[in-house]
Amino acid sequence: MEERRHTSMHYERELQEVKNGLIYVGALTEKAIRSAMESLLERDSDLARQVVAGDDQIDAIDMELEEKCIRLLALRQPAARDLRFITTAIKINGHLERIGDMAVNIAQKAIILNEEPQLKPYIDLPRMADITREMIKESLDALVNEDTGLADRVRHAENTVDSLNDQIFRELLTFMMEDPRTIHRAILIMQISKNLERIADHAKGIADMVIYMVTGESVRHQFPAETETESP
Amino acid sequence: MINNGIINNKIIEVRDVHFYYGGFKALTDVTMDFEKNKVTALIGPSGCGKSTLLRLLNRMNDLIDGTRVEGRVLFEGENIYDPHVDPVEVRRRIGMVFQKPNPFPKSIFSNITYGPRLSGMTRRDELGALAEQSLRRAVLWDEVKDILSQSAMMLSGGQQQRLCIARALAMKPDILLMDEPTSALDPISTAKIEELIEDLKKTYTIIIVTHNMQQAARVSDYTGFFYIGKLIEYNATEKIFTKPDVKQTEDYITGRFG
Repeated sequence: MEERRHTSMHYERELQEVKNGLIYVGALTEKAIRSAMESLLERDSDLARQVVAGDDQIDAIDMELEEKCIRLLALRQPAARDLRFITTAIKINGHLERIGDMAVNIAQKAIILNEEPQLKPYIDLPRMADITREMIKESLDALVNEDTGLADRVRHAENTVDSLNDQIFRELLTFMMEDPRTIHRAILIMQISKNLERIADHAKGIADMVIYMVTGESVRHQFPAETETESP
Repeated sequence: MINNGIINNKIIEVRDVHFYYGGFKALTDVTMDFEKNKVTALIGPSGCGKSTLLRLLNRMNDLIDGTRVEGRVLFEGENIYDPHVDPVEVRRRIGMVFQKPNPFPKSIFSNITYGPRLSGMTRRDELGALAEQSLRRAVLWDEVKDILSQSAMMLSGGQQQRLCIARALAMKPDILLMDEPTSALDPISTAKIEELIEDLKKTYTIIIVTHNMQQAARVSDYTGFFYIGKLIEYNATEKIFTKPDVKQTEDYITGRFG
């Protein structure tokens, strides 16, 4: 459907700035996850420290976007689609900021793990990271294109990430039972896996809000059926 | 979407109404129900027909030459445009408050008692009790109880508007029609009138025309959106302002119009 523009061009521009800001933070968080994982896989602790330092920028934009949204609420008294967009933007902004924090957590665990010999080859973790990054990207594409179908796909992808997390947990449990000297490293890897699983939760949260923004229906706290997921 | 289905306790039913000012068609095929003891807001850009519809509901348009109504307006089941219906009686039961406060250049007391006197109430004590009751209901009593004999023209704009509401209430109407009742008032007086509307709906049915979108959102239970003489959407106010069914409504309330 063709979208009419606001009579006030200034208002139109402010709304667009918020949208652009979200896409920018989204790109920063995707990059943070990629670098955090790379620092683990390539045993590159300098890169991990860059991820930790880079979170300041994400936090700064988070504050700036929230302020913009509050100003729009106060000064423009938005209604209908604009109201749904701004409330959605505030929540998505919060999700992205948390995703940034999780990437930092992963990088910090990588720094510790890099000090010790590698416990096992990493196979499922990079897959999880790829899926979660794709979920973030697609949830924001869904926001830009108001695409509920894509948002729904993101919501389903979360199940795959959950299964991978369970699988990693079981696998590490066997390592720890066989040799208690692996416990420290295994727990760190589990925490990384858990952080990726939480990132997927946040990406699902973004997709939920996109569906609310487009349809006005709240699908939060509703979980897509397991059967519809591809097996990990 | 014209969602008349949400109206349970109908006090007015507008049926297939077309309205003309001479050759100009101001309303086309309007059908809508109004719920008793609720506030209904009529919104839309200038010239959309919302004030025309409001004035139609108590035959105020009869006073304009060359106008013509087609269709029916049922008030408690009876068509107010039936030839045997007395328009004066219609206007007594369906009162009106206008955009600009229009007190008579008389005392505050006389403003309130003017209508009741004309309709035969003469006893001073009765008139006094009615004045007090009406002024209390309009939340003006405490401000004017000691100056009832002074001219209404010395009151502030907001007080004058509440006086006009009290004057309408003195006729003991069932319905109050309000045509942009706060557009000439400052924010504090506006807030007082909005507060008053909230109180009054316990006793009266209120239909309000407003250009102030936030006001419609704040005070009304139902909202009708008009555009070029047609009712485009009629829905619960909360629905209209969060997820309207019709794109034209959304474009209007979000400022994407014209």
